[in-house]
Formats: sequence, C-alpha cells, structure tokens
Amino acid sequence: MSDKNNVLIEVQGLEKAFGDNLVLRGITTDICQGEVVVVIGASGSGKSTFLRSLNLLEKPTGGRILFEGTDITDPKVDINRHRQKIGMVFQQFNLFPHKTVKENIMLAPVTLGLMSKEEAEKKAEELLERVGLPDKADTYPDMLSGGQKQRIAIARALAMNPDVMLFDEPTSALDPEMVGEVLEIMKELAEDGMTMVVVTHEMGFAREVATRVLFVDEGVIKEENEPGEFFEHPQDQRLKDFLSKVL
Amino acid sequence: MDFFTNFKEQFYMNFIKDDRYLWLTDGLKNTLIITALAIILGVIIGFIVAIIRSTHEKNGTFKIANWICKVYLTVIRGTPSMIQLLIMNFVILASVSVNPILVGGLSFGINSGAYVAEIVRSGIMSIDQGQMEAGRSLGLNYIQTMKLIIVPQAFKNVLPALVNELIVLIKETSIIGYIGTMDLTKGAMLIQSRTYNAFFPLIAAALIYLAIVMILTFFMGKLERRLRTSER
Repeated sequence: MSDKNNVLIEVQGLEKAFGDNLVLRGITTDICQGEVVVVIGASGSGKSTFLRSLNLLEKPTGGRILFEGTDITDPKVDINRHRQKIGMVFQQFNLFPHKTVKENIMLAPVTLGLMSKEEAEKKAEELLERVGLPDKADTYPDMLSGGQKQRIAIARALAMNPDVMLFDEPTSALDPEMVGEVLEIMKELAEDGMTMVVVTHEMGFAREVATRVLFVDEGVIKEENEPGEFFEHPQDQRLKDFLSKVL
Repeated sequence: MDFFTNFKEQFYMNFIKDDRYLWLTDGLKNTLIITALAIILGVIIGFIVAIIRSTHEKNGTFKIANWICKVYLTVIRGTPSMIQLLIMNFVILASVSVNPILVGGLSFGINSGAYVAEIVRSGIMSIDQGQMEAGRSLGLNYIQTMKLIIVPQAFKNVLPALVNELIVLIKETSIIGYIGTMDLTKGAMLIQSRTYNAFFPLIAAALIYLAIVMILTFFMGKLERRLRTSER
C-alpha cells in the first residue's frame, strides 16, 4: 500500500514512557503523501500520545520518526523548522484569546518571516473564506462557538502551508450539532489531497474519508487496513470488542 | 480665637510662609521619581526572574539561574526593605557618590522585583498548557511563544496584582528619608520641625499619598475594563 518514494513520515519502533508507564510500545508505520490515516482506539490506548509524538510535543523515549527523510528525534535537528510543515489541530482548539481571529491566523507566518504582513493578511482572508467564516476576521475567539473555533484553528494551521495535518480528537469537545461543520471542512481538506493523521471517535468519518485506519491498543498498532475491510472484517479480538461498543 | 482664624493662621504658617509648601511639592516630585525608577527596574527584574523560574518548573532547564533567582527571592523577601535601603546606601554604595534618589530607585526596584516576580510567575503558570503547545506546534520557538502568546495573557491576568504592588511601593518609598534625601514624608517632617505643628504637614502628606493611590486605582479600573472588553 505504501510506495516508498512518497513516504512523508516514517515511524520506526516508536516508544514513549511517562516515568515507569510505557504508553507506546513500539509503533511502526509509514504515512505517505495524500493519505488520510485515521487512528482509533479506547481512551488510554496511546493514540493521542502517538499523534503528539509525530511533531514531538511528546518526546519519544525510543525509536525514530523520519519526517521528509530527516530523523526529527535527533536532538541536533531544529524541530521548530520541521514543525512549520506539520500542522496541528487540538481537541481544545487552543486559539490565542488575546488575538483576533485574523491575528491568530497571521501570527506564525509573520513572526517566522515566511510572509509579509500583507501576504499573511491575504492568506488569512482566503482561509477564512475556505472555512466559511469570512465575517469573523476581527472577532475575538471567546465570541465564537466551539465549531467556529475549531474551524479557525484549522485555518490557523493551514496558514503555514503544512505538508501534513495532525488532528487530535478535533470534534470531541464540540456540541453534537457542531461536529458536522468541522468534519465537513476536514473532508474537503482530504479531497484537496492534504495528508492527514486524525485521532477521532467519529467512525463515520473514518469509514467515509480515511484511506487507512489504524487500531491502537496497549501502545501498539493491533490492526490496520483500508476502511471497508477494517470495519467489515476486523481480525483482532480487541478490535472486534471495541467496534461492537462504538458502532 | 475662634476655630477658623486659628485654622487660617496655622495653614499660613505651615504652607505659605517662606514658601514652605515647596518642601511638599519638591518632596512629592522625588517620591514620584523614586517610585517610577523602582517600578521600571522591578518589572524588568520581575519578568526575567519569573520567566526563568517558570521555564525551570516546566522543563527543568536553567538550573543555576533558577537557583540564583531563588536565593534572590529568599533574601529580598526575608529582610525589611529599610535594611536593604540602608545596606545599599551605607555598605554597597558607601565608597561611591551616587545621588540618593538613584540609590533609592535601585534599592526599591530590587526589592519590588522579588514581589513582581512571584506575581508574574503565578500569572504565567495560570495560562493553559495548550497555549504553549499551540505556539510550538506552529513552529514558533520557546522564546517567541513566551513573548507573543504566554506573557501578554499572563500580564493581563496579573495587572491588578501589579498595580497593588505599585501602590505598596509608592508608600514604601517614605523611608527614603533615612538616607538623607527629601521625599514627601521627609518634606512634611521638615515643615513640622520649623512650625512645631504636626497636624497640618502630616495630614497634608497623607492626603497627597491618598490622592495618588486613588488616581492610580481609578485609571487601573478603566484599563482593566478596557482590556477585558477588547476580547468581547
């Protein structure tokens, strides 16, 4: 399934321990250009830790992560440079409350000297159009609904022109009626060819949008497959139990 | 003599005769200069110490710097500011001639820095960890994230506590007379020593301190409201 030529992220034997607690026990997988990888698993399975390790918000205690060919777990690597290419969307949105929506989007590209103020402003307006909130440019985040916040958070991450987008349970903190609008944006993003890694409990999204689904349990990938096969004919017993509970 | 004639005469004696009010106004000027120097220095020291301390608390770096900060906080908060002022003037700066106003600004600034540091540190620690993660995930480095995202929010949260520190500081400067310079308090005492009247000069000084504090509190309330509404 993975053509070695367009591998974007190569995860090799990834381990993460918090003190004595080994959360990731050796995860190995390749994420290729244009893939939409959905990661599912029970809470505490390590799926969020796995995702957060991909941009080193969690420092792995073992194994390697190669991003576009560079081992980013090497302490000598300038992680900030690579993070510019890895967008991340959080469960709790984490918008900057002291900045307007537009300033939230413009902050990183301007600060890092990737765009002039004018370019960033134009980009922000484009992105706001894309996430359907062009009239919110000068609003502060506290004025927005959860769904709107998350759409802005997606726009903020996209402003960096990332090569891959990581989503850490992007709809888990939302009221049910707002889940749809966020998933819709993510779906459009996938259709535009964005490489995405998504930790979620939205099985409908996994089934419909994913190119591959990973089941993480006890810190390892217990099963992975394309969504049709994954949901229709699960092999692993733990996965069968899990699916019977969530579907 | 009826009360009003007496009042007028005493008022004249204490403030008008020989331009004695100048002692109060010149004193007030020095009080304000010393306070301004001290708060500027205090805020600079306070922010640096707070950032070092909270960075250390979060990821264990800056071990030695953090240790120095802790010693500084312990010593400054553990000794009276008057002793610190006297030591600054008669021990540390004894052999050089420095304007006592600068000595005061330096001493009070170093003192205030310790309190500002703990205020700001609590502000930084109160900002959700997600803010740092969001900044870092966008590719900003630690210092950029601190400067643009964490500290501005922390500053807003601790603004009332910082103004409180400023209010304490203004009143604290009244001990500067011990190193031989004239501030508002000393000015009032000088008038008293000439007129043998305690009531007028001391009440006048008290009212001036009170007025400054009330003005500050007023503007602070306005600023706080503006900062809060800017996010709505």
